[in-house]
Amino acid sequence: MDSTLSRSISLKINGRAVQATVDVRHTLADFLRHQLELTGTHLGCEHGVCGACTVLVDGRSTRGCLMLAVQANGREVTTVEGIAALDGTLHPLQQAFKDLHGLQCGFCTPGMLTTLVELLGDNPDPTEAEVRVAISGNLCRCTGYQAIVDAALAAAKTMRGTAPAGGVR
Amino acid sequence: MKPPAFAYHDPGTVEEACTLMATLDNARLLAGGQSMMPMLNMRFVMPDHLVDLGCIPALSAIEERPEGLRIGAMTRQRDLEHSAAVRARCPLLADAIQWVGHRQTRNRGTIGGSLCQLDPAAELPAVCAALDAVLTVQSARGVRTMPFQAFPAGYMTPSLEPDELLTAIELPDWPQGHGHGFVEFARRHGDYAVVLAAALLVVDAAGKITRASLTLGGIGPAPVRVAAVEQALVGQVASSALFRQATEACRALEAMEDVHAPASYRQQLAVVMSRRALDAALASIAQGGRATGAAGH
Repeated sequence: MDSTLSRSISLKINGRAVQATVDVRHTLADFLRHQLELTGTHLGCEHGVCGACTVLVDGRSTRGCLMLAVQANGREVTTVEGIAALDGTLHPLQQAFKDLHGLQCGFCTPGMLTTLVELLGDNPDPTEAEVRVAISGNLCRCTGYQAIVDAALAAAKTMRGTAPAGGVR
Repeated sequence: MKPPAFAYHDPGTVEEACTLMATLDNARLLAGGQSMMPMLNMRFVMPDHLVDLGCIPALSAIEERPEGLRIGAMTRQRDLEHSAAVRARCPLLADAIQWVGHRQTRNRGTIGGSLCQLDPAAELPAVCAALDAVLTVQSARGVRTMPFQAFPAGYMTPSLEPDELLTAIELPDWPQGHGHGFVEFARRHGDYAVVLAAALLVVDAAGKITRASLTLGGIGPAPVRVAAVEQALVGQVASSALFRQATEACRALEAMEDVHAPASYRQQLAVVMSRRALDAALASIAQGGRATGAAGH
């Protein structure tokens, strides 16, 4: 195997150890979708504008189309499939998106959720303006920002433990 | 929208990277990938070899030196954003970084990558112009330094040889208590600016300006230092009225024209952004010169 053209990589994806051989030109997003069949990560523009392919790499929101799979070697990747609890209980953000209609077609949702998971980890009590800045790199074409922002704020409140689970403000 | 086939290299040291760049044909460097990856995906660049600098730990460090900060070229924009040293020693950079792209791109994007991409409306080249940054460049042929002023060779073109890589950026300190202001007009948060302005001021006890720096982005092919305004300010008592009068000179600057805005619109923005940046710089002196820590819009 010519290691400049394809590489064997090992990484953790959603808590699971994964070993795979990847073409070095493949992006992380294509690797997740085509090789691992984790199709929750959506590809919109494929040049870093729409944010739909956002995943967490070592906890940091990252555009999956702007990183090569080979660069994820040794890293820990969380996709939208890895956000809910192991027993299937939705993450407070997912629950709030569901309750408050934070999605319509759902295409942007994986990127919105992963980005907001990072935001609420850094800042458990964001203002509305801070939420809007955080998702400024995520395009929603159903014009759903208002409900998305509401859901993010509601989830933050739930996660701070000041509201009953379910995320209703 | 998939990258073309290339051979991938991930050297562990700067020397190895230099050797690769000296020996490989049609090789390109990959820094944070937030501009290079789109260009690969769209096949605007078709390298035979891609040399990833992401595995060279020596290139990512924020070093505090007596004369200023020395920042490794592969330092992620996010690390600059969260650095206490940057906030304390270089508040202009701390404020400007809030305007760079989005959190997802700042998590990967690097200072060196942004400088070498050299978008005329990008924030980090403007900060380097404002601060008279000194750049260190390395190749298998040796190490050289150059003032940022000599770095742009033209539109989005740094004056680097094909085998050279930018390794570090030195940002000389301004005196404690100096004023700084960074303002930007963009259609949406995270976009490149239409026009941005960066200002630095030192004011003496009598309120007189003893040192001034004013930089505009989005006007010319590279960041523009407006020496005429800087010279008009030094020796005068700082005030909003003075800034209003002095920044009128920005209207005479030669400005780019593109799909986003005609030249006349950019010249108007140059005046307004310059004035606001200077006002912000003066206001920051009253607040002790601290970084505001938020994109002010």
